[in-house]
Amino acid sequence: MTEHKGVMVFCEAGNGKLSSIAAEGLGAGRKLADDLGGELNAVLIGEGVGGLAQEAIALGADKAYTIDDPALKDYRMDAYLAALEKAVKQAAPQVVVMGQTAIGRDLAPRLAFRLDCTAALDCVDLAIDPQTRRLLQTKPVYGGNARAIFTSDTDPQIATIRTKAMTPAVHDGSRKGEVINISAGIDPAAVRTAVIDRVVEAVEGIKLEDAQSVVAGGRGIGSADGFKQLEELARALKGAVGASRPPCDNGWAPETIQIGLTGKIVAPELYIAVAISGSSQHMSGCSGCKTIVAINKDPEANIFKEARFGVVGDWKKILPAFTSKVRELLAG
Amino acid sequence: MNMVVCVKQVIDPEAPPASFKIDAATNKAVQAGVPPVIDHYGEYAVEAALRIKDASGGKVTALSLGVNLLREVVKKPLSMGADELVLLEDPTFDGGDSWSTARALAAAIKKLGEYDLILCGREASDTNAGQVGPGIAELLGLPSVTLVKKIDIVDGKARVERVTADGYEVIEMSLPALVTVSNEVGEPRYPTIKGIMAAKKKEPVVWKPADIGLDAALLGAAGRRAAMLKLFQPVREGKCEMVEGDTPEEAGANLALKLREAKVL
Repeated sequence: MTEHKGVMVFCEAGNGKLSSIAAEGLGAGRKLADDLGGELNAVLIGEGVGGLAQEAIALGADKAYTIDDPALKDYRMDAYLAALEKAVKQAAPQVVVMGQTAIGRDLAPRLAFRLDCTAALDCVDLAIDPQTRRLLQTKPVYGGNARAIFTSDTDPQIATIRTKAMTPAVHDGSRKGEVINISAGIDPAAVRTAVIDRVVEAVEGIKLEDAQSVVAGGRGIGSADGFKQLEELARALKGAVGASRPPCDNGWAPETIQIGLTGKIVAPELYIAVAISGSSQHMSGCSGCKTIVAINKDPEANIFKEARFGVVGDWKKILPAFTSKVRELLAG
Repeated sequence: MNMVVCVKQVIDPEAPPASFKIDAATNKAVQAGVPPVIDHYGEYAVEAALRIKDASGGKVTALSLGVNLLREVVKKPLSMGADELVLLEDPTFDGGDSWSTARALAAAIKKLGEYDLILCGREASDTNAGQVGPGIAELLGLPSVTLVKKIDIVDGKARVERVTADGYEVIEMSLPALVTVSNEVGEPRYPTIKGIMAAKKKEPVVWKPADIGLDAALLGAAGRRAAMLKLFQPVREGKCEMVEGDTPEEAGANLALKLREAKVL
């Protein structure tokens, strides 16, 4: 039986650089590897990712495995799974860390089942149990109403991490490490999906995930026009607009700005929740925000249990006055 | 087109948070006075299957696994328009993890025989695990795409739109295949009176472990590969400072002043 050692982090890349989730994975992975007394390995899969190996080493990896092949240009599950399986079998890590992203959520469970293991998806905390030396995987359950800590009986123990939940690794250009290239050897006939188009639904202004201020609207906003008022406040704050699920389901706001367990995870300095009741599923997406401000007509709304500052009343009357005062304060 | 949709009976995720409690003795969630429901993500999967049936015909079989499955709950896919309902209902199936649950469902789907497309919710709203769908596909050796918002069947292949962080990808996949869906697919239809009447008359097929040819040691709690050590509710600080004013407009302006005072602005 293979002896499993150390930690492997699947590092996503895009536009010629490592994604922020890769730095978060390496940050979490470095700590786990140190606690286990093992190596931290990075694995990079794609076309033209070979050049990013040093970047992964600078972010804490001891070894960087690269699988660089034109057949891996687009994310296609069969091809990526075959490549990742190869790297995991070669490195035989105890723990595999991936991001809870469009790729990670697709790939991690398949990898687990292929290796006769289980995975824990969307973890907000990972730690090594000092007694058992097993990976403690903490993740939200019941739509964010509760959290659970899981352990896996089998190796490798596979976990995906929630975006912005882990402290990213600090870049150190002086770090040295080994780069190991693995040939992909993808059989084209074994790849059963093809990406035939990619549609980017552009949102104007600052990207929601990067914004330091987020103005989010809920069911109580009532229309697409209402969201225009939120945009005005977001502009004043140099922030971005988000939404809870009902406005997206109703077509008042695009799906790409949905915040919550099933949408985006944001962690800005300031989060202004307008006419959002504060369901667990929504709060799962913004619990990392530093200051939550709530405007809601229902004094009993759950959002006031989460918020630092609140106003009870009709947002249609409160918001314009708030926005103009914010403009005045920021101008002066 | 033969379609199989996996749906789960869960505690109602839309019930007021106050009704949600954790029983520390059993490490299980309890919801006093609120009946269970069919998982919403599963309902989107049923809706996606029914849309394919509406467009190009076919048969939709709903498949549920669990214990104490309330017939009025698990029959909802039938009342929405599904053709058959198969239940894996036995104490042996209870207490499983994604691994043992996916194994049982995959074995049941194999027994069903002909299938072109399997649909699951992106995850169940109780465990939020998100593994059973891709797990079934891996066990059956099928391609899978998660988080699909639209499915078209074109020339014997599925053309699906997969949600990404900044939009979506259009993916073509060979059949048979598995997809997981979420709310992006659109609101599930309401059961019609005719559908409810038909569902009432229809008896589900109930399978036991022996019917799907799996040893009890692989199923439910016995077949787990992951253990839940602890289930808990994070403590909230709950110190909201309420800002007031003589008029809503004044309250709005006061809020801005308060944020400046607290150095948030």
